[in-house]
Amino acid sequence: MNLFEYIRPASLDEAVAAGSEPGAAYLAAGTNLLDLMKTGAARPARLVDVTRLPGLDRIELLADGGARIGAMVRNAELARDRGFARSYPAVAEALLSGASPQIRNAATLGGNLMQRTRCAYFFDPASNCGRRDPGAGCDARAGLNHAHAILGWSDACLATHPSDLCVALVALDASLEIVGPAGRRVIPLEELHRLPGDAPSRETALEAGELIVALRLPPEAAAVRAHSRYLKLRERTSFAFALVSAAAGLEIADGRIRRARLALGGVAAKPWRARAAEEALEGALAGPLAFAEAAALALADARPSGDNAYKIELARRLVLRALERAAAGTPERIPALPASVLADTGATAHA
Amino acid sequence: MTYSFSLTVNGATRAVEIEDPRVTLLDLLRERLALTGTKKGCDRGQCGACTVLVDGRRVNACLILAVTLDGAEIETIEGVADGNRPHPVQEAFIAHDGFQCGFCTPGQIMSAIGLLREGETGEDRERIREGMSGNLCRCAAYAGITEAVAAAQRALAAGDRRRA
Repeated sequence: MNLFEYIRPASLDEAVAAGSEPGAAYLAAGTNLLDLMKTGAARPARLVDVTRLPGLDRIELLADGGARIGAMVRNAELARDRGFARSYPAVAEALLSGASPQIRNAATLGGNLMQRTRCAYFFDPASNCGRRDPGAGCDARAGLNHAHAILGWSDACLATHPSDLCVALVALDASLEIVGPAGRRVIPLEELHRLPGDAPSRETALEAGELIVALRLPPEAAAVRAHSRYLKLRERTSFAFALVSAAAGLEIADGRIRRARLALGGVAAKPWRARAAEEALEGALAGPLAFAEAAALALADARPSGDNAYKIELARRLVLRALERAAAGTPERIPALPASVLADTGATAHA
Repeated sequence: MTYSFSLTVNGATRAVEIEDPRVTLLDLLRERLALTGTKKGCDRGQCGACTVLVDGRRVNACLILAVTLDGAEIETIEGVADGNRPHPVQEAFIAHDGFQCGFCTPGQIMSAIGLLREGETGEDRERIREGMSGNLCRCAAYAGITEAVAAAQRALAAGDRRRA
């Protein structure tokens, strides 16, 4: 780990001033950043600790039916907030399917949004990685890439975004409050993470010094709460990142879909909103025909980036399953194995 | 530059001065405070051997910079017994063979104490396993660990409320 300067500012203004200096990085829980610093993949000259800034730790359910969540709310705390989980059950399930209980107790909402890819070549400074070092190329292209992207990738980068939380939030049209040297602005979460194109090192839409201070969910996000699921396939039963995941939310009236929300994880450098699939679902009868069409549409543009053609079919089937489970109704209680396809089939889940 | 801060470790206030902000909570405990019960396994947040409680919540000590913990309350394996009387979770691990080599055990026990405080699993074995998924055991004593946590849950529900 490189040596750095540690600063704990008392106010948001001080934080932004310190965070705008060249080489500075904001530090929340550090569960991802410290890990990257230990391998040498991240080498910030200055860490600006934002965990104690006032006012960033609140979960507010708003009078208009929306929600505002401070960026320093811990993942476990948000998932356990009963009012929040009732309104946004797929978000709670996504949160509880991520990482381990210890990491969820530490990790913050803002940190989760800003976490970096789990691509092994990105983590390893001895490998060539254009996401880490602009212009360095991509060792994943001819390397171990069975878990890499199937949508939105480029020759410059095949990495995926690892967050579960972001997938559910993007499906529900979350937006972000950002504070930076030029003041405060609000952007859709969907615009935060960028596809690699020919500049994979430009990972997010944030400008130098900008800090996410809160997340907002619109009132419409709660309209799908009775039919919401987050499902995730991984290489072991628990404590693993998604190979593919899907967040599905439906509003159903008289058997017909009035509103559909669908996003995929583990497939691209950003949480992947499946709008064409949503449009096909809205107005259709909630059943196998509409779900199959939607699942096919969600993966229509997918293509393998390496040894990962299987992920296209895997994702298609998972979307189908997520829509079926969502239509069947949000479970009363989040299953013992959150987001597992084994959780409510009667199979021995921890086999 | 010197970083000065204080934290509470197992009930005792400790004033700390470090020159290097790279010290993790794990290294602070083991190398500076001589509390070697907390183990360093992967040092990457993947194995759970370094699990301790910070302000009552179980976390990986290897992924926290010590300098961020000014004023925090830390609980480690050294602080859970009541004098010579083991903590109910320690007793349950002995009674149910919750370990073999023992290296992961302090982390397992701290994680189990945190899990019982969270109070979400009851004796549901599936929920206990998922709740303990952040702690790896290379000897694969998982069956005993699961039963130990369920037994500790039962003991606590029956009124053994010692420092749980």
